[in-house]
Amino acid sequence: MSKIHITTQVNGDAVEFLCEPDETLLDVLRDRLNLTGAKEGCGTGDCGACSVTLNGRLVASCLVLGAEVAGSEIETVEGVGTADALHPVQQHLLDHAALQCGICTPGIIVAAKALLLQNPNPSEEEVRYWLAGNLCRCTGYDKIIRAVLSAAAEMRGENA
Amino acid sequence: MRYVVAKDSREAVALLNTGENARLLAGGTDVLVQMKLGNKAPSLLVDIKAIIGFSDISAENGGFRIGAAVSGAEMGEHAGLKAMWPGVVEAVELIGSTQVQGRATMVGNLCNGSPAADAVPAMLAAGAVARIEGPSGTRDMQVADLLEGPGKTKLGKAELISSVYLPARPERSGDAYLRFIPRTEMDIAVASAGVNLVLDENGCVLEATVALGAVAPTAVMVPNAGAALVGSPLEEQALEACAAACEAACNPIDDKRGTVEFRTKIAGVMATRAAKIAYTRAGGQL
Repeated sequence: MSKIHITTQVNGDAVEFLCEPDETLLDVLRDRLNLTGAKEGCGTGDCGACSVTLNGRLVASCLVLGAEVAGSEIETVEGVGTADALHPVQQHLLDHAALQCGICTPGIIVAAKALLLQNPNPSEEEVRYWLAGNLCRCTGYDKIIRAVLSAAAEMRGENA
Repeated sequence: MRYVVAKDSREAVALLNTGENARLLAGGTDVLVQMKLGNKAPSLLVDIKAIIGFSDISAENGGFRIGAAVSGAEMGEHAGLKAMWPGVVEAVELIGSTQVQGRATMVGNLCNGSPAADAVPAMLAAGAVARIEGPSGTRDMQVADLLEGPGKTKLGKAELISSVYLPARPERSGDAYLRFIPRTEMDIAVASAGVNLVLDENGCVLEATVALGAVAPTAVMVPNAGAALVGSPLEEQALEACAAACEAACNPIDDKRGTVEFRTKIAGVMATRAAKIAYTRAGGQL
């Protein structure tokens, strides 16, 4: 197989890589760009652990080919917040102890941030539906939902 | 495997016609999963997303043409489309998670050939027409005439669907789609129904189209179920006749997700509930 040369943008940085034609964006991120935040839970688009945004749209990076992302804008969990200044979603997940093993957490963070960008004031039901594709086997979801709702409140400037 | 971005539909058709084991890639939420699971091993993947018009929702003759690469999320964000064909849009939006919605397409849902495909009964009820590109040119075909069986459509060799057209609507019309799943979200229909109604000035049903999903080898139109509603203001008797016609049209599989008896019963229930929603959307008062 001949490799495909792709130039694209990840977390605001121009990047280029060579990939196999059938290599997923998830594998490219993890194995070629050393961005291991996105996780492979299932590899078939069911679990959401590999969530990233592609041109602002939330996708499962295991169901995108690396070859497809030429000229795109990709954001992974590595592009959300910094160690010194966590994104409100990250801070509230910590504050609510809304994770245990942590495998689902990067996907939850990317997905929740994408939700709050388009809907700053979601209802609990809207959060639950939006995150229905992000499976978590540890928490029972309740703390995650509460963390996202309180992050949303903080981002709106309300008392969380 | 080779990966090729087709520049136009002629190139895509030519690539499908090379004799290679070629598959099309739009949203990829079916084909990439099939490849991952080892069910499909194409030697050529033809990406159709860059073809001009394939990613567009365009107004045409009072209706809407939806390109083969338009995602469910894009359909859900299109106010005009949602206002005219809410049932079709709600059916497409039921497919998968937010992540899947960002990629999955209505045309892909059709071409994947699942008997439980959510978009298909809604498209049948709407009278949707597929535009097909192939080696011998362009042709239009009713979506209803394209269905063949589980995993199969009647598309010919090297043919592809470039778009689906949802026609213009008369006044006082509405459509709806409902499915039964054992949980709230992220599941495959056990039984489903799409209903499209046109009402007269008195709130009686003038035209009714009913289609069912997941209860036969393909989604099916149920003309008798539509006929049972015509002339009625959707009173109980008409709804019961509609449900009975739906049950008579069922030929479902029996599996852990639903017995034959359950799927048959629920198909009628979904159809009558969808009919009530469509009736209200058409401006009727229940």
